[in-house]
Amino acid sequence: MTIENREEFLNKLASRLGRERRTEGVERPQWSVTPQEEVFKGMNQDELAEVLEKHCQVIHTTFKRTDRAGLTKVLQETIEGYEGKLIVTSNDPRHQEFGVAEFFEEAREQLDVHVWDPAAGKENQRIAEQADVGLVYSDITLAESGTVTLFNNKNNGRSISLLPKTFIAVIPKSTLVPRMTQAAQQIHRAQAQGEDCASYVSFISGPSNSADIEMNLIVGVHGPIKATYILVD
Amino acid sequence: MSIKLGEVPYKDRVQTGIEDDFMRQAVSSAQGRFRNGRLTQAAELGNWEDWRELGSEIRTHTLQNLDYYLQQLSDNVARRGGHVFFAETAEEANQYVKNIIKKKQAKKVVKAKSMVTEEIGLNKALEEVGAEVVESDLGEWILQLDEDPPSHIVTPALHKNRQQIRETFAKKKGYTGSDTPEEMAAFAREQLRQDFLAADVGVTGCNFAIAESGAVTLVTNEGNAEMVTSLPDTVISVMGMERIVPTWEEMEVLVGLLTRAAVGQKLTSYITAITGARLEGEIDGPEEFHLVVVDNGRSKILGTEFQSALHCIRCAACINACPVYRHIGGHAYNSIYPGPIGAVITPLLEGYDDHKELPYASTLCAACTEACPVKIPLHEHLIRHRQIIVEQEKKAPTAEKLMMKGFAKWSSSPGIYNLSAKMAKPALGPWTKDGMIENGPGPLKDWTDARDFYAPQGQSFRAWFKQRQKDGETS
Ligand code: SF4
Repeated sequence: MTIENREEFLNKLASRLGRERRTEGVERPQWSVTPQEEVFKGMNQDELAEVLEKHCQVIHTTFKRTDRAGLTKVLQETIEGYEGKLIVTSNDPRHQEFGVAEFFEEAREQLDVHVWDPAAGKENQRIAEQADVGLVYSDITLAESGTVTLFNNKNNGRSISLLPKTFIAVIPKSTLVPRMTQAAQQIHRAQAQGEDCASYVSFISGPSNSADIEMNLIVGVHGPIKATYILVD
Repeated sequence: MSIKLGEVPYKDRVQTGIEDDFMRQAVSSAQGRFRNGRLTQAAELGNWEDWRELGSEIRTHTLQNLDYYLQQLSDNVARRGGHVFFAETAEEANQYVKNIIKKKQAKKVVKAKSMVTEEIGLNKALEEVGAEVVESDLGEWILQLDEDPPSHIVTPALHKNRQQIRETFAKKKGYTGSDTPEEMAAFAREQLRQDFLAADVGVTGCNFAIAESGAVTLVTNEGNAEMVTSLPDTVISVMGMERIVPTWEEMEVLVGLLTRAAVGQKLTSYITAITGARLEGEIDGPEEFHLVVVDNGRSKILGTEFQSALHCIRCAACINACPVYRHIGGHAYNSIYPGPIGAVITPLLEGYDDHKELPYASTLCAACTEACPVKIPLHEHLIRHRQIIVEQEKKAPTAEKLMMKGFAKWSSSPGIYNLSAKMAKPALGPWTKDGMIENGPGPLKDWTDARDFYAPQGQSFRAWFKQRQKDGETS
């Protein structure tokens, strides 16, 4: 891997800043204020769930809430509502944990489910592009902004939540945090301990949209046109 | 394209802007909506001033240690399988990207909206080596089809109405549908989807690079940057050298400030952080990743009294707050960076010669400074520019020099010069006497006109500007 022209470039910056090059020992200062820590401080998971539900209206996202026993039924209804025939989803142990694997098995007459498979190469993208529904599990859920955080990897391609017409995120209640601050802290702490971040970290808040034509909000541009979050207690 | 949009003189651009009724209305209503969005978000947080303070501290620290963080960033990108190129000039940056395109024999390049690639004129460079370049942000795509420059850094096609857009689609892409925004967007989705799938190379800008990981963060609502970085096998991100934060924690704060200040959203629909090349077994994302770090005049600003202009996170809040922008529109600034921030950085990046009018495209009302989420003292920079133009560059017309003499005396007293945003309005008192303004705000027909003129209070800007012209013509 190459790094070109660096020394000259950075030496010049240092000289413009009127000092020697700094190559080590720079620490972030203590910021004089930390308002990001205060948002929804001390709220429990149920209170955060309410915040999330409310914000879903703002981001044009359908919010549903159920428990583990009710999940497959809600999932089925949602997929039907989206006229879903072809589903693409991650290769995720949570399919077992939440009984979704079983549901896929039972529904195999009606649903064509493609589970992301690294061995299938670009075929995964082609299927995702044709799919009616992309289904994923949220890794960290940000209540304030209605955001699903995904650490994409070889079993959980970025395309799943991007290329299909609609998007369903299953949100385990335990993944709820107040806001992006907590997600950033988690990634930062891991990085500081030498654990590299995912090659793709996606923060997704509802369906894609644009206001580029006369400032009219259009929901559904390049990414999914509709989105549903299913919060599982 | 480069920073400068064209050769049409400033006063004619202003006139064109003022005469474009649709544009003026669109700009004014967009400004209102963006501003309301920002104010609502600020009010909801309750402690917006603390957030701005934090934003300002983060940017100050990062710029003070820019060499350190860029080194860390580039080490991490390389460690994660990416290539990094430091480009001092636009030409160097373009040449590097051109070489990749040639090596890859790329036919089609898809791009996500990026101001810095506009600034360096990358599209033209890529076309020179035979690549088809497709802009994928809806607004940018419209402008590309119509060969028109952007007029706003967040909604670039703000000056176009739906009939014009429909016509463009019909003429350039054979569109036969109606002019409803939904139908036109669906058409764009369909067309661009094919481009995403067929592209050999994806090009993005960079909202914030994260030094500790080597990640590039992209902020969009449409999901186009995600397409551009997920599907092609080669991805090139181009960043202005100042668009960097130390860690994820600062990225988070600045992204929140950006989305709130730009569009009044808590977060946009997509915030994506991409790090290096895809890992083994991964299908999405690039097999080859390049990061191009661009100086192109920025280092001239570092270490000067204008350094804080590099704190800008390109949210356009200052543009949306500016009464002069409202009346003249984006194209009048003759720079890809319009509004107050454009008036501050364009002369810094390209020199005063072509842009000496810009610092005068302001009423110095300080609305920009108040709006800025990272507390850049924009109107103070504008005052300083004027001072430099008059005092040092000697490029201002004679009459202006006379007027500025009084101003220089006033502004050289540090007590008055270091105005806080709130103080600015009353402190501008010395500029007016008996409702007359001695130094005209912004786009006057003729700067050589030494006569005092009436303050715009109680008069529409248009009437006021017209009056100015008449006076100019008769004198
Ligand atoms: S100067 Fe401030 S308000 Fe203007 S675009 Fe930059 S960050 Fe936003």
